[in-house]
Amino acid sequence: MDFPRDLKYTKEHEWVREEDDNTVVVGITDYAQDSLGDVVYVELPQEGGSVTKNEPFGVVESVKAVSDLYSPVTGTVVEVNDAIIDSPEAINEDPYGDAWMIKVELASPEELGDLLTAEEYQNYIEEEK
Amino acid sequence: MQVKSTHRNTPLFEIHKALGARLMEFAGFQMPVEYEGIIKEALAVRTGCGLFDVSHMGQIQLTGPGALEFLQLVTTNDVACLRDGLCQYTLVCNDHGGIVDDVILYRLSSERFLLCVNAVNREKVLAWLADRAPSSVMVEDVSGGYALIALQGRRAQDVLAPIGTPKPSSIKRFRFSCGRVAGRGAIISRTGYTGEDGFEFYVDPSDAEAVWDALMEEGRRYHIRPCGLGARDVLRIEAGLPLYGNELTEETSPIEAGLSRFVKMDKEFTGKETIEKQLKEGISRTLVGFEMEKKVIPRKDYPIERDGHTIGRVTSGTWSAVRERAIGMGYIDRAFATPGAPVEVEIRGRLHRASIRRLPFYRPSQKTT
Repeated sequence: MDFPRDLKYTKEHEWVREEDDNTVVVGITDYAQDSLGDVVYVELPQEGGSVTKNEPFGVVESVKAVSDLYSPVTGTVVEVNDAIIDSPEAINEDPYGDAWMIKVELASPEELGDLLTAEEYQNYIEEEK
Repeated sequence: MQVKSTHRNTPLFEIHKALGARLMEFAGFQMPVEYEGIIKEALAVRTGCGLFDVSHMGQIQLTGPGALEFLQLVTTNDVACLRDGLCQYTLVCNDHGGIVDDVILYRLSSERFLLCVNAVNREKVLAWLADRAPSSVMVEDVSGGYALIALQGRRAQDVLAPIGTPKPSSIKRFRFSCGRVAGRGAIISRTGYTGEDGFEFYVDPSDAEAVWDALMEEGRRYHIRPCGLGARDVLRIEAGLPLYGNELTEETSPIEAGLSRFVKMDKEFTGKETIEKQLKEGISRTLVGFEMEKKVIPRKDYPIERDGHTIGRVTSGTWSAVRERAIGMGYIDRAFATPGAPVEVEIRGRLHRASIRRLPFYRPSQKTT
């Protein structure tokens, strides 16, 4: 299983990539997609909507189960990956690439300090197992 | 009347672990949910074949003079039309016509029958039968004596042919034969729970691994896949087959569930009075299939609505691998049960459009024997 070093993570199995312009890109981790199995449906917020740290911002559904997506940060949604709404299987195939979910303009950049490093996240998963 | 009880875990557990299956507990067994993905597995069965461990299913044997007459009373289908080597889908009903279990009944001889029951109902059905059986009939839980392996798919006969006797083509649908698979003794039954052609093998638990391995080996050229309970659920919903605990409960009748063809009204059986009344006066709710407009999956107990009123509830839902649609089944007010009629399913507080579909959602294109 893959946990890129340049990303930050949450205990709800989202990843966060910092961009230069006070925005972050959010998706779900390899571990999350593997646990879910075949993803068939995803619900994402509208562009311009707001998200709140630790609050649900969408839904991802596999054949087996449905799960809330929790926002790792607070801010405004500036871009939504509509492509995965039509092709949710991308979440299984490329969770850190093509299947990014939303881009958020940060309201409180200091929140990034609360996120886990790749190593911390990996240790967290090991403990969970 | 005597009762014996035996119980053990699935003898294919080590194989599942070695194959990297995702496991979950079901009816006291650690069962594989999926190996390489539910959709891949379901499609393998539709296009070639798949192999399932269904050893969690229970087997109850009834032996003795009067077994036939007793079964005739406690099941809804006509036991008298069974000959040795034939099996039938039938229902055990309670006094008010609710379903105690749905089972496959095998006639081994005129005084020996085998019931394949749902894992979750094994103890309940055993007690139900034992409490009612006459002293001449022995009711026995023989589940521990069998592993059950299901080979399903349009290629099932081709896979079995080189290693099965008698010739699999000689075993017609809903017939069985006491034969051999890969040199091991087996009850070979042309039955299944996927809507495809297929065979189920009742084998000695100590032979299970050998039979599994031989079928996987023979199936290689047809791209056989091991399939978990996840794919099994997708396939049975596509085929419009009910599941006990979802579509079938002690509060639902075979008539509501659309199973009237397995209920013979020209004989006496437990629950007949209520069923007779339902047939005469009509039923208010009925089981339907429906297809979602979007990819969102309808799940058990979600409300089904029409014009702002709740008209029923979802009993099962899934992603149909073969139709590439979200599909479901549920009981609704009969007035709205017309194929094509629009309904809405309430999912996480929002209404999603769906339309009523005739069951099954899927029929195999190529009919086999």
